[in-house]
Amino acid sequence: MSACPTTLPTSRPTEACPAADCADVNASCRLPVLTLFAGAAFWLVVGAGFALIASIKFHAPGFLADFAPLTYGRVHPAHLNALAYGFAVQAGLGVTLWILAQTSKARLALPGGVFIGALLWNLGVLVGVGSVLGGGSTGFEFLEFSQAGSVSLFFAYLLLALSGVLTFANRTVPSACVSQWYLLAALFWFPWIYTTATALIGCVPVRGVTLAVIAWWFANNFLFVWLGLIGLGTIFFLVPKFAGRSLHSRQLALLTFAILLGFGAWAGIPASAPVPAWLPALSAMGAFLSLVVVIAVAFNLKQTVGKYLCTRSEPSPKFIGASVWFLMLFTLGNATTACAAVAATTGFTWLTPALTQLGLCGFFATAMFGAVYYIAPQLTAAEGCCARPAKIHFWLNLPGVLFLVGPLAVGGIKQGLALSHTATPFADVTKATLPFLRASTMGDLFLLLGALLFSVNLGRLICGCIKKCCGAAGCCRTKSEVAS
Amino acid sequence: MLRRGGLLPHQIGGGVMNRGPVIFFSAFLAFAISFFAFVLLPQTQIGRQPLATVDGVANAYPAARPGEAHQGAEIYRANGCVTCHSQQIRQTGNVFDVVLTDAGTNLTAVLTAMNNHLNPAVEFALTDVTNALPKTILKAVPTKAAAEALSKKFTEAGAKTDLRVMPVGPDIARGWGLRRSVAADYLYDTPPLLGSQRVGPDLANVGMRLPDANWHLVHLYQPRAVVKDSAMPPYRYLFTTRKIGATPSADALVFPAGFGPEAGYEVIPTDAARALVAYLQSLRVDASLFEAPMTAPAK
Repeated sequence: MSACPTTLPTSRPTEACPAADCADVNASCRLPVLTLFAGAAFWLVVGAGFALIASIKFHAPGFLADFAPLTYGRVHPAHLNALAYGFAVQAGLGVTLWILAQTSKARLALPGGVFIGALLWNLGVLVGVGSVLGGGSTGFEFLEFSQAGSVSLFFAYLLLALSGVLTFANRTVPSACVSQWYLLAALFWFPWIYTTATALIGCVPVRGVTLAVIAWWFANNFLFVWLGLIGLGTIFFLVPKFAGRSLHSRQLALLTFAILLGFGAWAGIPASAPVPAWLPALSAMGAFLSLVVVIAVAFNLKQTVGKYLCTRSEPSPKFIGASVWFLMLFTLGNATTACAAVAATTGFTWLTPALTQLGLCGFFATAMFGAVYYIAPQLTAAEGCCARPAKIHFWLNLPGVLFLVGPLAVGGIKQGLALSHTATPFADVTKATLPFLRASTMGDLFLLLGALLFSVNLGRLICGCIKKCCGAAGCCRTKSEVAS
Repeated sequence: MLRRGGLLPHQIGGGVMNRGPVIFFSAFLAFAISFFAFVLLPQTQIGRQPLATVDGVANAYPAARPGEAHQGAEIYRANGCVTCHSQQIRQTGNVFDVVLTDAGTNLTAVLTAMNNHLNPAVEFALTDVTNALPKTILKAVPTKAAAEALSKKFTEAGAKTDLRVMPVGPDIARGWGLRRSVAADYLYDTPPLLGSQRVGPDLANVGMRLPDANWHLVHLYQPRAVVKDSAMPPYRYLFTTRKIGATPSADALVFPAGFGPEAGYEVIPTDAARALVAYLQSLRVDASLFEAPMTAPAK
């Protein structure tokens, strides 16, 4: 494994890492990172299952309606939270820790802490999802978890992030590469926004719509900035690897970084919100300026890979390529719907959840699949073994996202137009939207199948590794891992 | 272990970003700005907003929710009603109606004003001036200035006029509310259940729109009994169905013909269902505020 290509010029002899060789780095990551991946896969299946249940309710409202925990208003937030906290954060942190260890050429710090942190995080998600299903939701989107769940998540995160920061501090490579900026910033970002939001909403609540403003602010900082930082950090690490050359421009990546943090963090207040008008206006400006991110990322990656990435047949580059496209559509959609004139029609429609799904399942989850299919075989010393099932997963994931987001977006626009046409009775508006919601069930089904296949693929890799460890000692575990 | 310097040309742009503290502080700066703008400033501006003064009465709006309605808000939150129902009314603007309240003493002057400034196709008679006051003489004037200029013609003739502020927009045309929602409407709501979607209709003003408790209970138990082809799931778990005893319960739901439980059974709402309906009935946005003026309909 070579170091991050943006930081080690080819003219300079590659330094051997003095502290740890690459097998050593992988060995230090094995248990903690695979634990995070396994947890992520579990919640991905749970989240996708809940999504399917919620979706079927639009075919038959009475489906599972007499069992309170599975009523639509509980199962839908449970689905989003299981995906966001159970899958996205865990997969994101697993990938982050591995990339930080690789690019730092240092063993993962505190592997035991990460393992405990991962268990604690899963406990937090379990308590949180349980509270949502049990009727204990806080009523704020993406902050529905009960306080017990949130506290567990917070401490678990501190353990996980601490490991990442210490790994970076122990680096044996003099310079920091682009993906390290993104991933480190993300490690810091989440506790800031999460403590602000949970403290001001749950512990010492502020009053009235200020609560809603903070919840919107958090949701955007989580969905766009945090997922954006982790996703882009991963993409900026993997794409140069796939292309076999260094990232085209560090400066452009720095601009992207600055805009995503500086202006991306302003977006998220809906144009129609019952708050002082400057708030949505400022927010729309942030969303609009975030378009620079899309342009800069697209240009930077295009210059890096040329025509190479698209023709590549391995699964990881395919996932990453799709993810970049989804990110572009997601940011474009966010910027467009932030304009007051557009929001007058698209506000309160299915276009909003369509964009959320595009960011979460489209951009982020797809990038994570690509990364896990790249990382997990290395961690389990089983390179290239899951290329075929991973490719099948890609062909379940892509139509899954398209069939989920496409109908919701088109249905949402139609719904918005019908809602502004006041002569159309509301019942007719709903009736016209239903076929689109029903079509999106197909997307949910594909995504659930994809999630199951992902879990099976990952499970097979992990089982293979365990078998090897038990069969021939030392094949999978190295001395250094035992020592750490 | 960390060696500095020796950067190559392609690293210059992000050279300073090789240092961990620089990454930390640049992220922190971005966070601090965002926190300042979207957490601190809103809290400073509307976080300590007092209750609104309505009709000269201080701290009059919004009214605190009575106990049962307050519990109902918890049922609403727990069951995720906010997933499908928004509670915010949007408004595209205001139009103004000019109402003649008193014709004064110089009726001919008022009649002249009417014939000169109102609908030229109509020839007004003196009886139009005196009969059935107050009378809306101009409807939906697009700007306040134009409405005031017109009403001035009448005050100059010695009459008295009223300017009515009529909020407009698709939400209001649908009958979902009287005016747009503003921050002051949610002062008692923790959490404010604003919602982001309208899978079902907006509920900001459902208490004024649909005041009948039995309608709400039947709708919760069996939505399609009162709304044809409703996509809302039934909330039967908020009710108990039991055999009718010696005397039917006074609390039993009254269903439209063809709906309801089988013969000999009655549906009784639980406390949760009753609280939820009390909450729905308490949802009303009916006060004219400084930031969202409207002329309230006669009560």
